Amino acid sequence: MKTTEMTTLGAHPLDEYLRLDRLPHIWCPGCGLGTALGALLKAVGKSGLDIDKTVMVSGIGCTGRAAGYVKLDSFHVTHGRALPFGTGLKLANPDLKVIVFSGDGDLAAIGGNHLIHTARRNIDMTVVCVNNFTYGMTGGQMGPTTPEKGRSTTSRKGNIEQPFNIPRLVAAAGAVYVARWTTIHLRQMERSFIEALQKKGFSLVEIISPCPTYYGRMNEQATGLDQMRYYRYNSVVKHGAPLDTVDITLGGQIVVGKFLDIEKPYLPQKINGHGR
Amino acid sequence: MSSNGQVSGEFFLSGDEACAEGALAAGCRFFAGYPITPATEIAEHMSERLPEVGGTYIQMEDELASMAAVLGAAWGGAKAMTATSGPGFSLMMENIGLGVMLETPCVVVDIQRAGPSTGLPTLTGQGDMMQARWGSHGPYSIIALSPSSPQEIFDLTIKAFNLSEKYRVPVLLMSEEAIGHMYEKVMIPPWEKIEVYPRRKPKVPPQEYLPFVPDDDMVPPMAIAGEGFKFHVTGLTHDERGYPVMTPEAQDKLVRRLVDKIEKNRADIIEVEENGIDGAEVVVCSYGISARVSAIAIEKARASGIRVGLLRLITAWPFPTERVREVARNIKTFIVPEINYGQMVFEVERAAAGRAETVLVPHMGGAVHDPQTILDAIKQAVK
Ligand SMILES: Cc1ncc(C[n+]2csc(CCOP(=O)(O)OP(=O)(O)O)c2C)c(N)n1
Ligand code: SF4
Ligand SMILES: [Mg+2]
Repeated sequence: MKTTEMTTLGAHPLDEYLRLDRLPHIWCPGCGLGTALGALLKAVGKSGLDIDKTVMVSGIGCTGRAAGYVKLDSFHVTHGRALPFGTGLKLANPDLKVIVFSGDGDLAAIGGNHLIHTARRNIDMTVVCVNNFTYGMTGGQMGPTTPEKGRSTTSRKGNIEQPFNIPRLVAAAGAVYVARWTTIHLRQMERSFIEALQKKGFSLVEIISPCPTYYGRMNEQATGLDQMRYYRYNSVVKHGAPLDTVDITLGGQIVVGKFLDIEKPYLPQKINGHGR
Repeated sequence: MSSNGQVSGEFFLSGDEACAEGALAAGCRFFAGYPITPATEIAEHMSERLPEVGGTYIQMEDELASMAAVLGAAWGGAKAMTATSGPGFSLMMENIGLGVMLETPCVVVDIQRAGPSTGLPTLTGQGDMMQARWGSHGPYSIIALSPSSPQEIFDLTIKAFNLSEKYRVPVLLMSEEAIGHMYEKVMIPPWEKIEVYPRRKPKVPPQEYLPFVPDDDMVPPMAIAGEGFKFHVTGLTHDERGYPVMTPEAQDKLVRRLVDKIEKNRADIIEVEENGIDGAEVVVCSYGISARVSAIAIEKARASGIRVGLLRLITAWPFPTERVREVARNIKTFIVPEINYGQMVFEVERAAAGRAETVLVPHMGGAVHDPQTILDAIKQAVK
């Protein structure tokens, strides 16, 4: 019987970090979100962080649902506002480790102003930006990272805008740690997450991730596997690559690696009191 | 000032400064804001004073971020506030709605100026009263207070914090440029004499805690981040566990409680000031600076023998419907002066339900009423 088989599978190593009563999740087969979240939770486990003090904030989107699946103090807030919400949490309670896990549209479009200002202030938090080049949750519209000529439900003949190069943007704005991996780079991604979590200041890891349901299907990569194959054969690891060379183009190379790892003064600077 | 940043005694303060001091005395230890006339002085004062009491000031990139940061800080355990004026108040509506949904205690100060849009940035107005009630989307209830002097802005800022903690809701302090920039004597009592409502902490251990199981007054206790509760909260419609539930039934249960926790506790929340209502033929119903200007007109009307009373809304929302209805039974006319083209007057009219006539004395903004216009309306009413 199917249910018996399920129960005999036993515990998953990440069970302690997941709200099992919320599973199954809403993500499509072939979606990269589970891969990215799984690697992040493994990194949280290995990073030595106090789990009671580790919190996750997500905005709105498929990616934004992540906060609802983790067994941490977790906040699913408004579209684009995870960063300022996380800023308030961190400044009011500097003992917290704040992780923001959200999508490209959430962080770089509606939350774009918060992204550059949170990086500029060098707020001590870790951001995971899952970039699937589209607005998955609303059905595959173009967004701020859709490559030129990339098709979507609002750019059926191909996107005519230039996309953001997110690592370049946040590095220019003031981040201290920036890396990019695809969902094929499991181990590298996990290592970057650990480094980012242990970094003092604003760290961001961009994860290039398949959305077979929309972006993939509309751009000749109909399955998650097709997209993974594309990442496998088209990404090149270039640690420290000059950030003006890591733009992403349709069907082109994806430069991945750790692009930035520096030290700078960060906020909050000193312990502040709590409410009375 | 004592070494721990406490301030008490008699001071000559602007309304904005009194508001900031009231917040500090109430235990506010976090302020996120974005400069805007005529509320900027609150941010300036907080930026100086918060570090003295061990708190945090941060200037955000806009009011969307300010409001989001205030909510985050509240969940981080701080009593938190922001202050703005019309244009910023509009931007804050998004996350005021999130504050309502996540039942997050915090205080939002709106020092109103004349709108719409950029309007008259440095001049007074009362045009945001309906936005305060209905400005965010969806059905909800909220608490809004309206002070009439620098002393009262101090007192009501403390009350705003206490109500926000008690009912777990953003409380809006709706003042005006005229009060924010008015200098008057303000008495600040020793802080230990000030009653402060503490955070409603969970009474059960983390394993048993469900974030939205309410107490008898319909308000749930609130865990804060970092204490091992491992709670989840979401702006989506949710159940008592805080988990999203996408059904009309869950929506019904949640929205009813969010609204009822305010509306069914109206008697505890609502405060009005009354003067000479017994035996009055006409009652001026007003709030904030306009109530103060009305007092001048009322005095003159009384001198000429007219029986006129004052009903001052200290609580604008929830609206004191019951009291207005009661007064309406025994009078001929309500006169409602406000610095807009009619907002709270619709509530007075609704509450009066035809028992008394309701007359708006509007002012489009940029100044307070000439008391004569209010006096004329009173005289017209008794003709
Ligand atoms: C203020 C606001 N505008 C629009 C929406 C609708 N909306 C929901 S998710 C989303 C896009 C999310 O895109 P992204 O962050 O890339 O997440 P993904 O679904 O791709 O993981 C939009 C536009 C919203 N929820 N709130
Ligand atoms: S729509 Fe795309 S991003 Fe969203 S769950 Fe499905 S595959 Fe993933
Ligand atoms: Mg996306």
